[in-house]
Amino acid sequence: MEEISNFFTGNIQLIYIVILSIFLGIEVIGRVPSVLHTPLMSGANAIHGVVIIGAIIIMGKAQGDNYTALTLGLIAVILGTLNVVGGFVVTDRMLEMFKNKKRNNKI
Amino acid sequence: MNAGLLTICYLVGSVSFILGLKMLSNPLTARKGNLIAAGGMTAAILATIFLYEDNGVALGNYGWIFSGLLIGGIIGALAARKVKMTAMPEMVSLFNGTGGACAALISIVEFNNIHRILIGSPEPLGSSVLTGHFITILAGAIIGSISFAGSIIAWGKLSGRVKDFSFNGQHIFNLVVLTAAIVCAILTYHFDPEEARIFFFITVFLALLYGVFFVLPIGGADMPVVISLLNSFTGVAAACGGFLYNSQVMLTGGILVGAAGMLLTILMCKAMNRSLKNVLIGSFGNKSQSAADIATGGSYKEISLSDTAMLLSYANKVMIVPGYGLAVAQAQHTCHELEKLLTEKGVVVKYAIHPVAGRMPGHMNVLLAEADVNYENLLEMEQANEEFKTTDVVLVLGANDVVNPAAKNDPSSTIYGMPILEVEQAKNVIVNKRSMKPGYAGIENQLFYQPKTSMLFGDAKKVLQDLLSEIKSID
Repeated sequence: MEEISNFFTGNIQLIYIVILSIFLGIEVIGRVPSVLHTPLMSGANAIHGVVIIGAIIIMGKAQGDNYTALTLGLIAVILGTLNVVGGFVVTDRMLEMFKNKKRNNKI
Repeated sequence: MNAGLLTICYLVGSVSFILGLKMLSNPLTARKGNLIAAGGMTAAILATIFLYEDNGVALGNYGWIFSGLLIGGIIGALAARKVKMTAMPEMVSLFNGTGGACAALISIVEFNNIHRILIGSPEPLGSSVLTGHFITILAGAIIGSISFAGSIIAWGKLSGRVKDFSFNGQHIFNLVVLTAAIVCAILTYHFDPEEARIFFFITVFLALLYGVFFVLPIGGADMPVVISLLNSFTGVAAACGGFLYNSQVMLTGGILVGAAGMLLTILMCKAMNRSLKNVLIGSFGNKSQSAADIATGGSYKEISLSDTAMLLSYANKVMIVPGYGLAVAQAQHTCHELEKLLTEKGVVVKYAIHPVAGRMPGHMNVLLAEADVNYENLLEMEQANEEFKTTDVVLVLGANDVVNPAAKNDPSSTIYGMPILEVEQAKNVIVNKRSMKPGYAGIENQLFYQPKTSMLFGDAKKVLQDLLSEIKSID
């Protein structure tokens, strides 16, 4: 029990970030038109690729002889990069088409 | 100095994610928003590589890190560039799965690190680790694994590699698997490191199993909702990493996506007028159909290609209702050609887009935009419903449930209450389908048996191509 309360006091800043981010996340996309649901999902998908930072940290911390950590870390970095790069590129491709349309209309 | 710079980079990253999401929800700023988020991500990643210090020690193994980044970056960019727009939803699912796997692997490595330090100790693991730290490792492993396995199954289903599969009592089975995973996770805390390690891997295995069986029974039409939900899960798994490494940018990014993904999931369910529970427990999967659903409405009439061509050429106004079938047949370009040809003949052609048409909400807009269809010709549901009254011919291309009048008239139907395109208000309705088989909801469509409706069977692309040459031969 004491450990749990220690966890809260020790991480109070992070806990605040969590709670405020929950409300922010809901507020920020609250009025999205249904046309943009797919690109928005894809963009959000790219953003959670931020998990790659964790992969980079375990990779960078691993001792040179700890091959389990190095191998798993390498796979994690590759997968995380896939998530980030693939996610942003796919989203951009989707949105690019919307933009072309707008430009053609003006001409 | 380095630590300060790192904090600033993380702050920039966090703000760029919030700004990016905000801009992504507006059509005018969406593309810029995506680029801003990508820029913030790059800053956060580079800052981590060069500035992060673990108890005063900078990160090493740059060779490994950069080869990982390079391999992942090249594969990711190529896959994302090459993928066909119709196959894009499964691509998103796949990328979501890789994120989940990344989170799970981080937890596995962190657990192994603890195990390495404590190896040989007779004490239970729980007495020598920080509880909060340990719980986030376990949570990351469980949520990441569920997200990974679930996304892979969702990807398989959307690309037709995995078939629907369910058995009696599956929901109870799933619940048992999930409970067992959590119990094993708690047990790791109470055993010595060697035994704890076994329990930890059982936990990961059960979480993977749960992910598979969680998605398997859910119908293909509901996959977008599931992907959005799993997207939200991966966000939470990423946030667990934020706790582990005290990294605010991971935390903000993860939780933002977790919350936004959850809301998006609910919005998608709303567009189909169903609750999330209904999608997950799946009234569509195990059918206890009402009599009205099973009863077939008698006879339907077929129409020939040449009659269809004639009807379309001499109409004043034609409304095209594209659906899943059009996306599967990849007929959006041919569809656009038909639209151009008819417009040249002086026919007004518009598209009626149901909010959940295609494989994901908004997917149909993306597909038609790819085929260069003018954005202004795409009508949303409310607008379209008003215009049907003055429409001569409605051409339904591979859509079914979104034009099923049972959603309005039949309270016993599983889709009752879902807003639909009221195509029966038009003078003529031509429905193109491959066969009389019911749509994803698995229910009969009374529309097909109405006197106004004619059926035009065949693959959407083939039919449209033939229709094009028929219409050309009329003059």
